[in-house]
Amino acid sequence: MSIFKFVLRRLAFGLGALIAISAAIFFVTQGLPADPAKTILGRDATPENLEALRAILGLDRPLLSQYFGWLTDVVRGDFGTSFTTQMSVSTYLGPRFGNSLFIMLIGTIVSIPISLLLGGYMALKRDSLFDSSSSFATLVFAALPEFVMGTGLIVIFATTVFQWFPAVVFLDEGAAPWSDPMGVVLPITTLVLGCIPYVSRTMRASMVEVLESDYIEMARLKGVSERNVLLRHAFPNALGPVFQVSALNIAYLVGGAVIVERLFNYPGVGSALTDAIRVRDLPVIQFLSLLIGSVYVLTNLIADVATVLVTPRLRTTLK
Amino acid sequence: MHSPVFPQVLTGAVMTKGLRVTDLRLNVSATGDDIVDEVRISIEPGKVLALVGESGSGKTTVGLAVLGHSRRGVTIAHGRVECADTEVLGLDDDAKRKIRGELVSYVPQDPASSLNPALRIGVQLMEALEVHDFGGSVESRKVRLKQMMEEVLLPTDDEYLLRYPHQLSGGQQQRVGLAMAFACRPSVIVLDEPTTGLDVSTQEHVLKTIRQLTRDHGVAALYITHDLAVVADLADDVAVMYAGRIVECGSVKDIFTNAAHPYTKHLVIAAPDIEGKKEIVGLAGRAPSPGKRPTGCSFALRCESADDACRSVFPAEVSVATGHVTRCIKIGKLPNVVVVKPRASQTIESGASVVVLQDVSAGYSGKVVVHNVSLSIRRGECLALVGESGSGKTTVSRAIGGLHREWTGSMSFNGAELQKTARRRTSGARQGIQYIFQNPYGSLNPRRTIGESISRPLAIIGTSKSESRKAVLDVLEKVNLPGSYAGKYPDQLSGGERQRVAIARALVSNPVVLVCDEVTSALDVLVQAAIIDLLGDLRKQLGLAMLFVTHNLPLVRSIADEVAVMSEGRIVEVGPAESVIGNPQQAYTKSLIMATPSIERSMR
Repeated sequence: MSIFKFVLRRLAFGLGALIAISAAIFFVTQGLPADPAKTILGRDATPENLEALRAILGLDRPLLSQYFGWLTDVVRGDFGTSFTTQMSVSTYLGPRFGNSLFIMLIGTIVSIPISLLLGGYMALKRDSLFDSSSSFATLVFAALPEFVMGTGLIVIFATTVFQWFPAVVFLDEGAAPWSDPMGVVLPITTLVLGCIPYVSRTMRASMVEVLESDYIEMARLKGVSERNVLLRHAFPNALGPVFQVSALNIAYLVGGAVIVERLFNYPGVGSALTDAIRVRDLPVIQFLSLLIGSVYVLTNLIADVATVLVTPRLRTTLK
Repeated sequence: MHSPVFPQVLTGAVMTKGLRVTDLRLNVSATGDDIVDEVRISIEPGKVLALVGESGSGKTTVGLAVLGHSRRGVTIAHGRVECADTEVLGLDDDAKRKIRGELVSYVPQDPASSLNPALRIGVQLMEALEVHDFGGSVESRKVRLKQMMEEVLLPTDDEYLLRYPHQLSGGQQQRVGLAMAFACRPSVIVLDEPTTGLDVSTQEHVLKTIRQLTRDHGVAALYITHDLAVVADLADDVAVMYAGRIVECGSVKDIFTNAAHPYTKHLVIAAPDIEGKKEIVGLAGRAPSPGKRPTGCSFALRCESADDACRSVFPAEVSVATGHVTRCIKIGKLPNVVVVKPRASQTIESGASVVVLQDVSAGYSGKVVVHNVSLSIRRGECLALVGESGSGKTTVSRAIGGLHREWTGSMSFNGAELQKTARRRTSGARQGIQYIFQNPYGSLNPRRTIGESISRPLAIIGTSKSESRKAVLDVLEKVNLPGSYAGKYPDQLSGGERQRVAIARALVSNPVVLVCDEVTSALDVLVQAAIIDLLGDLRKQLGLAMLFVTHNLPLVRSIADEVAVMSEGRIVEVGPAESVIGNPQQAYTKSLIMATPSIERSMR
């Protein structure tokens, strides 16, 4: 089947992109002037100890051979050992990754349908008060950085105005995020508010174009009910561009989560990344950067496949 | 401004079937200006009434109003639309939805964009039946679906119904549109230029299907078009629209042989015909748009016979003969032949060959679409290259213009071999061969003034500013545009004016050959006639050679000396225009000519 060939080809492209990303990540992080050995051993380390540690970490080898050594390990599933925690990176980050995935997934599941409905309704009520006020509101939200939105939510819902939700998340090590349902509400809401503006505005533009098309007029002139004109004729045709933007947004959530997790003290990969950068924990930084890169590649791949699936013209002409 | 009572001249008896539109007015919602007004039409069952007029005259607006529909920004102000026994405009939204497709249906202009790209055609056809619960059961709808496909001569197998619109040809898409419109056996059908963009042979089939279905099922058809030859071929009656009003209405014979309104006379004179060589004559100016219409007759601005009386009040409907009405206060006092243009001798002396093609084959990415074409164009001669879409005619013309590089064979200009792309040609060859594009809306840079666009080729060869300015004024005069147009931008010009500018831009390089690629197909018939007229004059004055690429056979008779007919990438017949079209030798040419509707043939 040609759709499988299409997916395979895209996967190959994605893999190529990931290799390029891995190289960029490695050389940028490893090439940093800071010396990890110094960071680990502290200010009082003797030159001999530093030298020995560098040899253990393999930092004395040429950069290129370090890179290939690292890449081989990565392919084998060995992401190295965290400098600071002395745990293997996968053991250290595994549960945290699960935590992050949880709020991202919920954030996506909540924000996409809301965005589609909001954007679709804005298009339907084009130039009305609802449309212009929503356009204005989404623009404002799009312009606000996550930490401002998150702080705003904390002020309104956790501290000054209402005290409905906790301002910070206290999750025990290894505890599942859903064990503290009240705690995750505000972080997820922040992510959702960060996503909705882009996706809903794309949906509005896409839907406006579709509603102006000849086939929508034709469906109305055929006597199709307004409900079916929208659900059957307009909506599926408006989705293509929305998928693309949603993919960029989901990938962006991974980045956005860094700040949000920090803000709410949420034990996800985002806060792990900021911690790791502070102490130059290279294996952790490299692993997380590669992980974020993979999410980008993967979500875009899914979006491309989804776009092809909802667009018969593309689907039937796959080579 | 309008009076609701009209003398009942079209039909005496009260109809219970068919379509009757009375006193219809639609406004621009924002300003209240009239888009169409005082429209009265009646069509009996089984009859076809053609609504003709230029783009912007309000034809489609009227057609959609018959279904109780108006586009964004347009309001139905008042009037009555009776389809069979039902008055449409007074219905609420739900009731309107119910009658659409069931009592009155619509066939859109562009089938490619009017079918939902995401739904299989079987689903879309079935939907037309489902929304009206036609037949009462799924089984009987399936039977009807097969029947519908047969009616429009499409395959009835399940595989075909599973196709998506983009997997059908243009003609097939339009048949699906027709099948959908006839699905629930409506009493009234509105066809909005359903054959525009189709090849003549496909058009012939579609027209035949329309005629058959309307007659067999007693459907009253409103056929919107600007193609008079199709009107003559298909319609029983004709209503001519100008600036939102119906200015003349009568039988086909009345309109073509005894037109009363000066606008109708102009339309008939401007229409090229495949039977008999005819001097087509255009008309300057354009119809006033909504909000800019005068209180008096809106045609007075362009009418040779207009006087103060015409300009003071909009003419009421007057009867010319039984069933033939018009809105002109000067009927009977108009000159019979509107314009007689003194012409120099028909044929000009042809000189030596300026462009010669020998065994030219061309293709795209290795796929050859033009095979062994040999042609020559002589100085002062117009060679028409005709063929249906996909015949390769545009590829040939683009190769001559240096815009298409993938070709083999030899091409010479004034005896010297031509390089493949314009960039590599000598400046003499580049200036000597000038290309004019089909779409004047796309071929002028919207950010440049007309003067800048025209003088661009001169700037490239380093002509001084003052000389350029003189040259611009000079070519503008040649194409009959005032010099003040140099400072305007393309969006301030009408389509015909833009095409004149495009011609002026070609002329500024003092060309030897003009390659005209479907230059009139985006234009209205009066404008088309004026452009053809202009090109003919220029050819004579400047001794230009011309390659006129077109799918419009009737036009060929009015402009070309020689004609080459292309089919599937090959030239199948070449010779003098008169003999190729008057007495074709090849089967393909014959079929093409027979498929082309003709006013003269229909009037016989």
